[in-house]
Amino acid sequence: MPEDSAPAAQETDQVPDQPAAGAAPPGLLALFLAFARMSLAGFGGVLVFARRAIVEQHRWMNADEFNETFALCHFLPGPNIVNLSMVFGSRLRGIAGGVAAFAGLLLPPTLIMMVLAIIYARYGDLDVLRSSLAGISCAAVGLLIAVVFRMMTPLLKRTDPLALILMAGVFLAIGVLRLPLPAVLLVAIPISVGATFFLRRKVAA
Amino acid sequence: MTPENPIWALISTFGLMSLFAVGGAAAAVPEMHRIAVEVHHWMTDKQFTDAYAIAQLSPGPNVLIVTLIGYAVAGIPGALAATLAMCLPTALLAYYVSRLLNRPSKSRWPGLIQAALVPLSIGLMAASALILAQSTDRTIAAVLLTAMVAVIASVSRINPLWLLLAGGLLGFAGIV
Repeated sequence: MPEDSAPAAQETDQVPDQPAAGAAPPGLLALFLAFARMSLAGFGGVLVFARRAIVEQHRWMNADEFNETFALCHFLPGPNIVNLSMVFGSRLRGIAGGVAAFAGLLLPPTLIMMVLAIIYARYGDLDVLRSSLAGISCAAVGLLIAVVFRMMTPLLKRTDPLALILMAGVFLAIGVLRLPLPAVLLVAIPISVGATFFLRRKVAA
Repeated sequence: MTPENPIWALISTFGLMSLFAVGGAAAAVPEMHRIAVEVHHWMTDKQFTDAYAIAQLSPGPNVLIVTLIGYAVAGIPGALAATLAMCLPTALLAYYVSRLLNRPSKSRWPGLIQAALVPLSIGLMAASALILAQSTDRTIAAVLLTAMVAVIASVSRINPLWLLLAGGLLGFAGIV
């Protein structure tokens, strides 16, 4: 528990090895600061840092609780880690805790991003910046391809034809044909959910 | 507010988009590109890929590319409006759903829906990669850099920041 968490001062005598269920909930400022810290540490994705801070460092949740909370946020729409901050904060401290975690996650990087936006608007045409950004863009696309590849590996191993067809269909519709996302998903989600439901029932029967 | 007001356009665009952003920020990139570059002409293709690169390079959730799009449309108010519109509605939705499902693991529907969404979000992320590559990888050196980063990041656990900085250095040196 960080010492700068004034509202949570009564928890300083907490035993570090205590299971998460027995720990007293952190204060709002502690939540804000913890999420600000993991957000600023999170270059190229915050999830790893969030898990480390919540489960290992602060022990606010055990690994199962964290997975359960993350699974919920993953199947809901929107940026997962942002959803996680709100759900996690509110489980500990109600809606105020949710807002504190949400603000901690978003406020500092948004301010940084606005400074970068101002710099880009003023100097984005400089050759030095243009060529450096071009190189960073190429690397960023490479990183994205690597993530896609890693996520695809389990599907390829299972040789799940339906999943592969749906994946290819969405790729073609959005990437090549450039169709609007809502229209594509309104078709693809019912097909995928329905097919998964029937396939699982067939396996169970 | 009138529909022509840029702030309102940002709020309605990103508020609606967030509700369809299954699989996180990377999966929403093609839709952001379609709306910002092709529909509204808020940015050029080059500005969009620059914004993606800046968002990857900066700390914080990758969804904050919307902050840069919002700034390009309407300055600081636009940046704030786009960020909140993209993040707040779904966070509130997640809050209410988590209160409804106190123990989400007891129902099999979250697991089933999640499994059904996995191939869709991979397809969306692959589409993001294609759209961004079409704008960035216009030379053989650029294609090689992207391919090398993809291979290195797939087989090693190196911090992505180093690969981004290496790309920036190669660009700075005029190689890419």
